[in-house]
Amino acid sequence: MYNTESTLKKIYRKSYHRNLICTLTLLFVITVLGILMMTIGNTNYSISQVVKALFIDQSSKASYTIISLRLPRLIVGGLAGFSFGIAGYTFQSLLRNPLASPDIIGITSGSSAAAVFCILIIGVSGALASFFSVIAGLAVTAIIFLLSGKGNGFGTKMILIGIGMQAVLNALISWMLLVGSEYDVGTALRWLRGSLNSVTLSDIPAVAITTVMCGGLMFVCNRYLRIMQLGDEFASTLGSPINLVRICCMVCALVLSAVATSATGPIASIAFLSGPIAVGITRNGKNAMLISGLVGTALVYAAELASKNLFSTKYPVGVITGILGAPYLLFLLLRLNRKGDKI
Amino acid sequence: MEIVIVVVALLSSVAYGSKSIPFGDVLGYLFNSGSDSFEAAVIAARIPRTVFGVLAGSALGVSGALMQAITRNPVADPSILGVNTGASLMVVIGIAYLNISSGLGLIGLSFVGAILTALFVYGIASYGFGGANSLKLALSGAAVSTALGALVNTIMLPDSQVMKEFRFWQIGSIGGATCDDIRLVLPFVIIGIIMALILASSLNAMALGDEMAVSLGVNVGLVRALSALAGVMLCAVVTAIAGPVGFVGLMLPHLVRQLLDNDMRLIIPFSAVGGAGLLVISDVIGRVLGRPGELEVGIITAILGAPIFIWIVARSKAKGM
Repeated sequence: MYNTESTLKKIYRKSYHRNLICTLTLLFVITVLGILMMTIGNTNYSISQVVKALFIDQSSKASYTIISLRLPRLIVGGLAGFSFGIAGYTFQSLLRNPLASPDIIGITSGSSAAAVFCILIIGVSGALASFFSVIAGLAVTAIIFLLSGKGNGFGTKMILIGIGMQAVLNALISWMLLVGSEYDVGTALRWLRGSLNSVTLSDIPAVAITTVMCGGLMFVCNRYLRIMQLGDEFASTLGSPINLVRICCMVCALVLSAVATSATGPIASIAFLSGPIAVGITRNGKNAMLISGLVGTALVYAAELASKNLFSTKYPVGVITGILGAPYLLFLLLRLNRKGDKI
Repeated sequence: MEIVIVVVALLSSVAYGSKSIPFGDVLGYLFNSGSDSFEAAVIAARIPRTVFGVLAGSALGVSGALMQAITRNPVADPSILGVNTGASLMVVIGIAYLNISSGLGLIGLSFVGAILTALFVYGIASYGFGGANSLKLALSGAAVSTALGALVNTIMLPDSQVMKEFRFWQIGSIGGATCDDIRLVLPFVIIGIIMALILASSLNAMALGDEMAVSLGVNVGLVRALSALAGVMLCAVVTAIAGPVGFVGLMLPHLVRQLLDNDMRLIIPFSAVGGAGLLVISDVIGRVLGRPGELEVGIITAILGAPIFIWIVARSKAKGM
């Protein structure tokens, strides 16, 4: 006899195992990359020297480099990569579209424009700038949704309108950069260019707290999100509060990426790449949120290592990820085109 | 009507800027050359950029009209398709690595970059089912543009001198244009616009569908290739001098189609004249708003043009457009 229940259980267990293996592998990769980030650089230190500088003798010569320069990059870069990863994954699965990550449909530009406005025109920075950038991100999202209408062609319009929005917002940003005082432009550039160079220990609390809070909330919502991937009607018959989950997820994703951006700048393509990579390696797309976050962290670490050690010019990490992301975007377009007109 | 706007635009371009000069004085100085006051010097400095603005604007307007006609797509424009980023990349490569500084050399490079990008973007967009619809074209254009923009950055970033000098490549500015530039660009713009005018009626026939055009005796492949060549050339010569200026070619043909008719024989001349007016006015706005410095014209055209792009998209109904 063919036993459906046990087959399903077997499949479920298999995907659970696969996810577990992926998670552990990624954690291992992240650890290795993290150790590399702490040990190599302008001056190379051995692992024991790093441990000593961190925990035993904090006044040694190595400890300045390790505690003040490399540790914040490790922690903030890792958390930011994680945040970008889960935010991108959430958008992609909410809108059922691999191209719908915040940096493609103009939301990131909206947040950046608001922050740059705060810093250059009003003259406030820090938490307030982050707050306004979240509000602006939400507003841009709302405008894109309202203008895209409903029903047929929604996805098409959303992406095209997002591209248009991005053009206006980028023009506004260039405008403000030209008008703004030179002194503030440095702070503003942080919102525009992804880089871990200016990250300090004081950036850690804000990023850590939002990652834990918003990330936690998103993991709770993720259960419903998975059901919603089956379609709205199906999800509502199964009793998931669709709109609440949707809004909650979106707000959390926006807060996460805005706060991470305030510390590191929008590290290009992480949000866009992590989700599809996670779905690719788990092969099931279920519960890939955690894995997307880990992929994000690993990508940021790898790009940071490459940007600091591979080239004679020390490019900001965002330039490296931008160059990595573009071919993937083209590949994705070709694949979607081949599959048919389903973008 | 349009001519009046352009004349007013030209006069204001000479009159306004970080230093304003009354209209009457402008006319006075223009017709009594030989005066060597400060105002006269300011006016003399503003004339080349105004003339270049006219050439660039009409070239971009016609270029957009041609691209929209060939792709049968209302949102085609050199900036949306990424063609002018491709041109900029080649120019930056030429300056940074090949030591090319002659205007003609840069125009050649810019043309090669624009052609390659156009073929690449169109190739990606038309790959697979459904042909090259608006969405695919815009997405491929945006993706290619981002990729090439990142490359432009990697070339410029290590060298702060190159960065300072060519920052306007990414934004688009006609402020640096000289009389030599004008002399260099003029023949290309004239040839491009004449080609467009000659091709206009064949493009009209092709708008009815390729089969219909063939039965009307149009050599579809030849017309398409020549139009693409003219469109890319017009955009490339402007980009070689001014950097990427977006959305001019998007707005004008659309406006003409809304106000007058969907006839290429009207769209091309009106886009040329209107593009000239639009670019010169945008340049003046940028100079007035950006006082005491100036805002690059590319910023102004994006702020004006992108909402129109969004409006076109929001109004359309069809899937894939």
